[in-house]
This record gives sequence, structure tokens and C-alpha cells, in this order.
Amino acid sequence: MADKQKKTIVVTRFDPDKDEAPRQQRYEIPVEPDWKVLDALNYIKDHVDGTLSHRWSCRMAVCGSCGMNVDGTPKLTCKDALADYGDSVEVTPLANFPVVRDLVVDIEGFMERLQKVKPFILRAKELAVEDGPTRQSPVELDDFRQFSMCINCMLCYAACPVTTNEPDFLGPAAIALGHRYNLDTRDQGQAERNQVFREDGGVFACSYAGECSEVCPKHVDPSGAIQQAKMANVIDWVTGLVLRRGDAG
Amino acid sequence: MVDVVRHDVVIVGGGCAGLRAAIAAVEADPTLSVALVSKVYPMRSHTVSAEGGAAAVPPGAKDDSLEKHAFDTVKGSDFLADQDVIQYFVEEAPKELTRLEHWGCPWSRNADGSVATRPFGGMQTPRTWYATDKVGFHMLHTLFQHSLRFDRIVRYDEHFVSKLLIDGGQCRGVAALDVRTGQVRAVLGRAVILSTGGAGRVWPFTTNGSIKTGDGMALAYREGVPLEDMEFVQYHPTGLPGTGILITEAARGEGGYLLNSEGERFLTTRDYGVGTKAELGPRDMISRAVIQEIEAGRGITLPGKIGQYVHLDLRHLGKAKLESRLPFVLELSRTYAGVDPVTQPIPIRPVLHYTMGGVATNIDGATALPGLYAAGETACVSLNGANRLGSNSLTECLVFGARSGQHAVRFAKGSSAGSESALLEQAKGEGARLDGIRGRKRGGETLAGVRQGMNEAMEAGTGVYRVQASMQQTVSDVAALKQRFEQVSLSDASQVFNTELTAALELRNLLDVAEAVALAAVSRKESRGAHACRDFPKRNDPEYLHHSLVHFGETGPRFSTKPVTLGTWVPEERKY
Repeated sequence: MADKQKKTIVVTRFDPDKDEAPRQQRYEIPVEPDWKVLDALNYIKDHVDGTLSHRWSCRMAVCGSCGMNVDGTPKLTCKDALADYGDSVEVTPLANFPVVRDLVVDIEGFMERLQKVKPFILRAKELAVEDGPTRQSPVELDDFRQFSMCINCMLCYAACPVTTNEPDFLGPAAIALGHRYNLDTRDQGQAERNQVFREDGGVFACSYAGECSEVCPKHVDPSGAIQQAKMANVIDWVTGLVLRRGDAG
Repeated sequence: MVDVVRHDVVIVGGGCAGLRAAIAAVEADPTLSVALVSKVYPMRSHTVSAEGGAAAVPPGAKDDSLEKHAFDTVKGSDFLADQDVIQYFVEEAPKELTRLEHWGCPWSRNADGSVATRPFGGMQTPRTWYATDKVGFHMLHTLFQHSLRFDRIVRYDEHFVSKLLIDGGQCRGVAALDVRTGQVRAVLGRAVILSTGGAGRVWPFTTNGSIKTGDGMALAYREGVPLEDMEFVQYHPTGLPGTGILITEAARGEGGYLLNSEGERFLTTRDYGVGTKAELGPRDMISRAVIQEIEAGRGITLPGKIGQYVHLDLRHLGKAKLESRLPFVLELSRTYAGVDPVTQPIPIRPVLHYTMGGVATNIDGATALPGLYAAGETACVSLNGANRLGSNSLTECLVFGARSGQHAVRFAKGSSAGSESALLEQAKGEGARLDGIRGRKRGGETLAGVRQGMNEAMEAGTGVYRVQASMQQTVSDVAALKQRFEQVSLSDASQVFNTELTAALELRNLLDVAEAVALAAVSRKESRGAHACRDFPKRNDPEYLHHSLVHFGETGPRFSTKPVTLGTWVPEERKY
């Protein structure tokens, strides 16, 4: 169709085998009005340039694979309408991550952070299946449910100014996840996790910029989780102080 | 040199079945080491997209029983499922979902704190456990996070398994492409479990993510393990037109209606065999009803969209209920269909969702190749027969993931590692093969072109309704597409994160699966469950109460059958 709308997609390309530094490549392609940014990348991959590398799978905003910076803002590209942008759209790898190739970033550091916060139920004594499901009221569930919605897309890390300046920062998603388990009535691992939270690069490294919550496509509000975790740790620390004084007396 | 790593059990695929198998394996013997090899990071696995729930008779339920769950599953399968498998499944199901609860799954709750359940299609009672409408997401993340407790589960993330390593007639590991470096790694173990999910990407209009490319099915098939009941593919009644994104059956479980262009609730006014179950009939029947409504001229046309559709109306449920029970339905409808279910009906049409068939296994998950196991959608343990009931599959991944993990451990402990040099030789050969694919120059075919050809052929022959002539055409089309694949030229010669290479491997896997589906479909001259033939509209038990098996052959596939394991229930007319 001659009257089909066209857009220019400007994509960061980088192949460590060939390129010394990232470069930009422009693709002028026909687009459909209901396309997401990811549809444009897939069109390029299928019909224009088979060497373009990017991650994607579910295309319904739940697998968390396709996070990228679009015109400078971290976005889930399968959820981000192409029509919201101008005639030229710039797609770059998620900020604050090392680049593996093109739009693919290295997430090993994030995986280590997940492991660090012990994102699993810790109990003094394990339950047996015969004990049946434990009870948890809808209100107790609601206390942590929001923080359990993280899809690990890492947009929050790309938006986080603390991560930019302090690469060792535990970061929004990992703290929110650890905090989620701390709030779960079934868990008894708060003390262990709070130790991690209080280390350098833990919750107190956060300067409460709030950008993480703004870019979160699932409204997890990691910023809120971090502030709650800080508060819990301050209380923990004060309580510990009082107890120690009591012991001394 | 080929990089080599040695473990006891190797699991391919990190979704619900693979993670459950890994946990079961290290729990069965904490001295063993388990490799979890996945082409994506586990939390990206397609389990994440499951929405509505997981079925199990809730512990202490008064109006439910294991017998009822078993019977519903037998009847839903149109009497093709193996009843010993179903019996084991319904017994284990409550235990598995309880384990998930102990591991932190945020199941939705009743006011008294007990786990909430909702009604689902083809089930007599509300026995589907849920966590709003993001059940697969929560189960996957719970399992993945729980798996981080075990340091004897060693992950190989973003490793694409392209070949099984076999020595002395036993499967003893896999050759895996480390996508990041381009290196082929031999991951050795005395037992291997395939849990790579289904093959929805064989078809053009599917709920399945891009990673659902039948990899495990093709790996087993090419080594001589038959694929079972491949003609049975599930069309889910409610996908969004255009994208195929799933709108969960829970929308009807919570009380949603299906309406035609006249605003008529056709499942209550016309006879589609679902009786008073109406919108909560089984998926095969509801999908056929929607197609019949469209064929009768009562579909709705949206300008610029593919095909016609009907409406899923949730407005009467009210905003509060929709927000608390079906928040994902709201998000998906608003983002991908531009409609707000609070005030507008959702356009929907049947969409390919699930492969009932898969790698033929016994009840332990063992295949015909010693040392090779399969579980979850990859496998056909034969729980689902000719039609799966919604919410049985997540539970299936847990029950049979766990069982295959335990049995793989047992097998591994009684088995030797085989000849390492022979295995490494195979891995080296696989590395050379992949080197030959990267950036290869052949004829004028493209990956996208062959993929589209396959999608069109499979939709034409293996849709909701089928006819012999078009199924026969699909068989020859797929054979021709396999030839066309050989003429595909590629452009990316890079070692690093070469997604053109992995796409080529995936397409080749899809073509093998498509071949098996087409042959199994044309070989079943009856209508049963999801296999609805216009030329043979009745079920024919005397001739076709059997499982189909498709075997790989260099010159073309071969077909055979095996008997169904019956039990308490003898086949009767399937009417609700």
C-alpha cells in the first residue's frame, strides 16, 4: 500500500566481535497503527535485517524479557504503543546494564541480587504436606501482594539514578522482592534479609528518587517498598539498641 | 575443544515442570547435582502467561471428591486419557498445590484465610485455585525463587539445547549452545528430563509466546522417541483478535457471558452440547460453538482486523469484582484491544492455546529412550486425552514434573555415565553443525517466509474444524516446507547472541512437530475432543479408541497406535 504510514526506527547496534563501540542504525519501515514498539523490531528482524538481536517472548507484558530504553525512557516494548512516538523513534539497550549485543543486556548482576535477598519462605521448622495449606487472611495477603507482582523486567534499574552512580546498589526490584517476603505472614526470615538490607549498597543507599516506581509497568512501587524496608530496619536497629542497653543495665 | 560440565540429572526447560522436577530431584537425593538448562532465564518461561488457575480438590472440601475430579478429566478428554494417570494426578494434585502454598505462592484467600477456588470449564465444582488472574506468573516465580534455596541446582540460563547425547542406547546428556558466547557445551548427566513446553508457534494465531517452539518434542522425535496424540491441539475460545493474546477462562468462571452479533447468549439459547454448563462447558465445545455462530452469520466484524469474532461480556460483574478477581483481563483488554471490560464487551475468537499431544511417556515420565524423561506440555503422559480441561495443566506440570524428577534420580543412580569420549565427539559434531548454519548461504528462502508458509498450512489443515482433503494437503505442504527450509539463507555469522541461528533451530523444530501433527490428524477418521472432522462427525470407539504415535523417519514419518488405559469409566456419549 502506497499510503501506508512509515516510521524511522533508530536502533543501537553493537556486536563485540566486530564493533569497537556501539553505533546507531536507522530503519525506515512501514508500520501499523496498533503496533507496539516490539512489533517494529520484529518486523525489522524478519524482513529487513536478520542480524538485529533483541529478547522477547510473551508479547503480553508478563514475561519481562523485552525491556529497552525508548526515546530515552525505560519501557516494556511489547506494551509500549508505537503511535505514542514521532516519525523517528530511538531504541537503545536498557540503561545501567552492560550490553551483550545490540539491544541485549547482561542481567547476571541482577540475578545475583535476587539471590542475595533470599527470595523464598524461611521457617524455623519446615511444614509437611499433611499440615495442609496455612491460613492467611485477605488483609495479610494484601500487605505484600503488590510487591509480589514484579516481572523482573528491570526497567527500575534502568531508571534508578542511584544505580548509575553506585553500581553495587541492591536496587529497586531486589529490595521490593526481599521486602515482599519480609511482609509475608508465612515467613520468618526477616532478620536474615534485614542484614542484607543494612549492608553497604542496601536500602539506605536509596536517596528516594522515586523514578523506579514511575517506570514500573506493573505498579509494584519498589520505591514504596524501599521506604518501608528502611523504616523497618530503623525500628529493628532502635529496638536492638534498647535491648542491648537493657542487657548492660 | 568442547566445554564439558558433569551433573547427575540434566533438565531441559525452566518453566513450571522443569523447576518442579529440579526441586524434586535434589530433594530425592541431596548428594546429586542437577543441571537446569534453559534457552531463556527461567522466569521468562511461558508458564508465566497462564492466567486462570490450577485444579485440585481442596483439602477438606465437602462438596468435592477425587472421584469427581477424575471423572471430569476423563469426560473432558473424550475418554482418550489414561485413567491410571488421571487417578494418580487427582491424588497428588492437592498435595502439590499445598506445597506451593508452603513455598509462598500468593494464592487468593477466602475471608477465613483458607485458599480460595473458582469454577472452571468442564469441572463440576469450584476446585481451581487461583492468585487473581496471574496464576502462572505467581506459580513460576514462586518455584523459581524457591529453587534458589538449592545450590545443587546449577542453572545454565540462555543455553539452547540442540541435540541429545546418546551412548550405548541411553540418553546421557545434551549439547547446548551458550547463546551468549556461541560455544557448544556438553552438559552430561545419567538422566535427562525434557520440559520445554508446547509448540503453539506452529500456528499463526496463538496465545503462545515466541519461545513455544516444540524444542523438546523435536529433540526426542529425532532420536526415535514417538510423539503421541499430536492431532489434539486445543483452541481456547477467548483470544483477542489480531494478537491472539489470551483472555482467561476465569472470566467465564467468574460469570462472564459469550454474546453473538445479536446480543444473544448463544450457549444458553442453542444446543451446542454443553447443557446448563453454558459458558463453563469444555474448551473444545465452546470453540466450536463460536465458530458455528460466526459461520451462521452471527459474528461481528471489526474493520481492519483478521476474521470475525464474538463478544465476551463482563460488564454485569461490576468494576469492583473485575478489579479484584480479573485485573490482568482489564490490563490486557485495555492495552491490546483498546476496550475497557468495565463498560465494553471484549472481542474474542478461538485461538490456538495448547498441545495435548507430546513426547510419549509412561506414568513415571519415562520415554522409549532409556534415560530420557519428559514432563509438562512437552510430554504426553496422557492426562488430557483429546481435550484438556482448563486449570489441569499447571497442576500437571507440578505432579508429573515432580514424578519425573524422582524417577530420573532413581534411573541415574542405577546407571553409568557411559563413554565420555563418545558423548564429547557428538557434542563436537553438533558444534560443527551449528557453525555451518550461522550465516549460511543457500537459496532464496527466508526464515520468515518458511515460517509463514508453515503457519498457513497448519491453520488450513488443523483448525477448530478439519476435513480430510485439507489435512492431506497439509501433510504434503509440510513435507515441501521442510525442503524449502533447506534453501533458507541466513545473514548473521556472529558468535555472540545470534538470535537468527536460534530462530533457525526453532523453525526446524516446529517443522518436525508440524509434520507429526498433520500425519496424526489425517490418520484419525473420527471426531473426538478437539479433533473435529467434518467428514467424520461422530466418535468411533470400535476403530479409534487408541492413542496415535508418530515416529520420525529419514524418508518421512511413520504412524502407529497404542491402546488407551481404561479403568473405572467406560466410554459413553460426551454430553453436558
